[in-house]
Amino acid sequence: MQLTINGQLQSFDGQMSVQQLIECLSLQDKRIAIECNGEIIPRSKYPEQILGEGDQLEIIVAVGGG
Amino acid sequence: MDPLVIAGTSYSSRLLVGTGKYKDFTETRAAVEASGAQIITVAIRRTNIGQNPDEPNLLDALPPSQFTLLPNTAGCYTAKDAVRTLRLARELLDGHSLVKLEVLGDQQTLFPDVVATLEAAEILVKEGFQVMVYTSDDPIVAKRLEEIGCVAIMPLASLIGSGMGILNPWNLQIIIDNARVPVLVDAGVGTVSDAAIAMELGCDGILTNTAIAGARNPVQMASAMRKAVEAGREAYLAGRMAKKIYQASPSSPLEGIITSTSNTIANN
Repeated sequence: MQLTINGQLQSFDGQMSVQQLIECLSLQDKRIAIECNGEIIPRSKYPEQILGEGDQLEIIVAVGGG
Repeated sequence: MDPLVIAGTSYSSRLLVGTGKYKDFTETRAAVEASGAQIITVAIRRTNIGQNPDEPNLLDALPPSQFTLLPNTAGCYTAKDAVRTLRLARELLDGHSLVKLEVLGDQQTLFPDVVATLEAAEILVKEGFQVMVYTSDDPIVAKRLEEIGCVAIMPLASLIGSGMGILNPWNLQIIIDNARVPVLVDAGVGTVSDAAIAMELGCDGILTNTAIAGARNPVQMASAMRKAVEAGREAYLAGRMAKKIYQASPSSPLEGIITSTSNTIANN
């Protein structure tokens, strides 16, 4: 399955949930927020939301800024 | 107590600081602490995928349990991008709705696009955000933003990161006089005197990043900035003396001055 994450195309084996993707990217326990195809995914939905072919994801963090 | 009240919440510090441009999070934390700021701005960016999983996180250095984090929309040039960024920020910060909106209009000057800012503010207020809004020092635009429901108006003093100080105190004064929500100078403060001048004018607070982070000793400058904001606020409350143009007025009594009765002055 191909996903676009933060503008980059990435390939993954088989179907997976948002939670599984986060673990795959070693982002568990990180303070992040995720948008899928322009919609925010609430944290509570990570285990149940299954990703589909071609989904566009944005994974964001807080950084220093003014 | 003379708290700064934003959207019903009281803050004892009238200095808000940014967290960008520091050497590392240790320095950021030390400067924030020295500034006494309770509200600190953060930017929202894509996370680095697959790079250094142990990379330190800003929110670990400055946890939301200790500070009021104010996510910004720095780098957004459309209302759509700004709204999208703040929706993500709200999810990141567990439903926290106090945000700093800025929609830029020009990459060279970073001047705000006030039309797009008004558009974004309208959407965000409808969605329940408490919007502190960066804008130009145009009093009419400031009024419109207040009418939309923004909880604080944050006009620039001069260009973002320029350190050029308060270029148009007259416009700021008009905005302050007409506002019914807090007015904070955001952008342009270069050193402590700029902050003091803004506070003396009656600004409710100051938001600065580069004046502190760009100083040779950021932590010391943060401490100085805290004092300047406090001093400027106190001076505003105390009410300065009237300016008397070309009119000297001695501070010492005119009576009892020792005068010579003759024109002879002893040689010494």
